[in-house]
Amino acid sequence: MNSIILQTATRVLVALILVFSVYMLLRGHNYPGGGFIAGLIAASAFALFAMAWGMEAAQSALRIPPGNLAVSGVALAGLSGLMAIFYGDGPFSGQWLTLIGAKEEDGIVISNVLFFDIGVYLTVLGAVLTLIFALEEAS
Amino acid sequence: MSWLLALPFFIPITTALIAFLARGRKHLCSVISITGCFAALCVSIAIVTLVVSGGPQAAQMGDWQAPYGITLIADRLSAVMLLISAIVGLCVALFAISDINENRVKLGFHCFFQLLLAGVSGSFVTGDLFNLYVWFEVMLIASFALLVLGGEKIQLDGGIKYVALNLVSTLLMLTSIGLLYGLTGTLNMAQLHISLAEVDNPVAISTLAVIFICAFGIKAAIFPLFFWLPASYHVPPVAVTAVFAGLLTKVGVYALIRTFTLIFPNDLGFTQNILLGAALLTMLTGVLGAAAQYEFRKILSFHIISQIGFLILGLALNSPLALAGTVFYMIHNIVAKTNLFLISGTAQRLAGSYELNEIGGLYKASPLLSTFFFIAAFSLAGFPPLSGFWAKLLLVKASLDQTAYFVTAVALITGALTLFSMSKIWAEAFWKPHPQGHCKSLYSLSVAERLQRLLPVSLLASITLILGFMPEPFIEYALGTAGELLHPDDYLEAVLTGSSH
Repeated sequence: MNSIILQTATRVLVALILVFSVYMLLRGHNYPGGGFIAGLIAASAFALFAMAWGMEAAQSALRIPPGNLAVSGVALAGLSGLMAIFYGDGPFSGQWLTLIGAKEEDGIVISNVLFFDIGVYLTVLGAVLTLIFALEEAS
Repeated sequence: MSWLLALPFFIPITTALIAFLARGRKHLCSVISITGCFAALCVSIAIVTLVVSGGPQAAQMGDWQAPYGITLIADRLSAVMLLISAIVGLCVALFAISDINENRVKLGFHCFFQLLLAGVSGSFVTGDLFNLYVWFEVMLIASFALLVLGGEKIQLDGGIKYVALNLVSTLLMLTSIGLLYGLTGTLNMAQLHISLAEVDNPVAISTLAVIFICAFGIKAAIFPLFFWLPASYHVPPVAVTAVFAGLLTKVGVYALIRTFTLIFPNDLGFTQNILLGAALLTMLTGVLGAAAQYEFRKILSFHIISQIGFLILGLALNSPLALAGTVFYMIHNIVAKTNLFLISGTAQRLAGSYELNEIGGLYKASPLLSTFFFIAAFSLAGFPPLSGFWAKLLLVKASLDQTAYFVTAVALITGALTLFSMSKIWAEAFWKPHPQGHCKSLYSLSVAERLQRLLPVSLLASITLILGFMPEPFIEYALGTAGELLHPDDYLEAVLTGSSH
C-alpha cells in the first residue's frame, strides 16, 4: 500500500506500539498483562509496518528471521525453568536474584519469572510474524 | 527426582531447538535427532526401573503443591508408555535418515518430529487435565506440520481433513475440561478422583463422560469418529506415518484409560456400554475397511483402527485381566504397527509403489525384509507364539471370564479377518511375481541406506519376538499396571501428599 498518510503515521505508531508492548510485558509481573499479550502487540507493530512500507522493509526492520526469534524465545523460557537446578529446587520454581538491597526493603530483585515472560514474548512475536510474513509472501 | 520426570519432555524440546538451528545440514540434524531420542530412551528406562521398585512417582512443577500446581506423575502405565514411545522415536529417527529428503529436513522435519515426541511424552507424564490438553496441542501442531511438510498436493488434501476433525476434538476436549472445572473446581486428576465422587449430579457427570469419550475418541479413532485417519495417514513420507501410527492414536487411548479409571471410576454401566459398543464396532469396521483396500499403507491404516477397538475393549470390560490385556496389547501393537509401516516404506523403495497391484516379487528379491514383515504382520494377526497372540489371549480370556461370549466371538472374527488382510499383502506384495518383471533387491541399496532401513526394523522385530517368546515378565508388569489403575491409592498418595523432591 502506498499511502503517505499511513506511512507517516506508522513511523510514530510503530515506536509507540513497541514501547507499549514492553510496558505490557513488565506490567504483567504483578498486574494483567504479560509476555503473551505483549508479544501479540509487538507483532501488530511489525504487521502495521509491513502494511505501510512493504514486506522487505518489515523484515529488515526486524533484522533477524522471525523463526529464529521464536526458537530463541522458547530456549530462554526453558533456560529460566532450568535455573532452579542451581538452587536445589524443582523445575520451573521461582528464583529471585537480589541486585541492590534486600527484597523486603525496596531493594531491586530480578526473577526468573521475568525471563520466562520475555521468552514467551519472543516466541509469540516470532511465531506470529512467521505466519504473517508467510501469508504475505503467498498472496 | 522431580527433574527426572521433567526430562521426558525437556530433552525432546531441547533437541528440537538445536535441530532447528542446524536445519540446513541434513547429516548433523539426523545425528542431533538420534542423540536426543537415545537420551530420552535412557531417561525412560530410569523412570521404569524407579516406578517398578518404588511405585508411582510424582513431582510438583515450580514447587506449587497439588492440587494447585501442575503435577507430573509416572505410574506403571505412564512409564511403559514413555519407554515404548522412546523406542519408537529412536527407530523412526534412524529410519528417517534415508526416508526424509533434504528439502524436508531444511523445512524443519527433525524439529517438528522432536516436538511431536515432546507432546507425546508430556501427555504421558502429566497429572493435570489442562496440562494434558496443552501437550495434546503441542503434539497436534507438530503433527499438522509433519503431515504437510513438503507441500505436495495430496499432502494438503489429507492435511485439511486431519486438521478439521482434530480441531473438533480439541474443542470438545476444552469444553469438557471447562465443564469439569465448573463442577469440581480442580483439574488435578488425582484430586478429581476424590472431588468428582462427592458431586451429586449424575446427569452432568454422565454428560461429561460422554463428551470425553467423543473428544478422546476422535483422537483415538474409534467408531464412528475415525474417518480422518484413513484419509490422511497415507499422504506423508512413511517415517512420519510410522510415528503417527505408533503413537498418536495411542495417546488418545491412554487419555481414555486415564479418564475412565481415575476420573470417572464410579460411572460404570452407562459409559461402559458405550465404550463396549464402540470397541466392537471399531474392531469390525476397521478390519472390514482394510479388506476392501488395495494400497499397502491404507490397509495398514484401517488396521490401526481395528486394533484401537481391542485396546478400548479391555478398558470397557474393566476387569484386572482385561486392563492388563489392554496394556500388553498396547505395547505389542505400537511395536508391530510402527514396524509394518517402516517395512512398507522399504517395500515401496524396492518395488516402486504402494499399490498392491503394481508390486510383487519381494520375497524372492529380499528374503530378509520378508522375514521381518512376516514377524510383524502375523504378530498383528495374533498368530501364536508371536506377541499378538498373548495380547489377544488376555483379552479373550477376560471376556470369557465375564461370560461375554458375543464379545469373544467378535474378537476372534476380527483376528481371522486381520489374518486375511495380512495374507493378502503377503500374497500380493511378497509372493506374486512383479508385474513389471523386476523388483530391486536390498543389495542394490548402498550399505549405509540398507543399515538405516533395516536396523530399526530388526530392533522392533526383535522386541516383537521377545514379547512373544518370553511374555511372562511383561504380562506380570501389565497385571501390576491394571492393579494400579483399578486401585489408585498409591497414585493419589504420591500426588496429594507431595512428599517427593
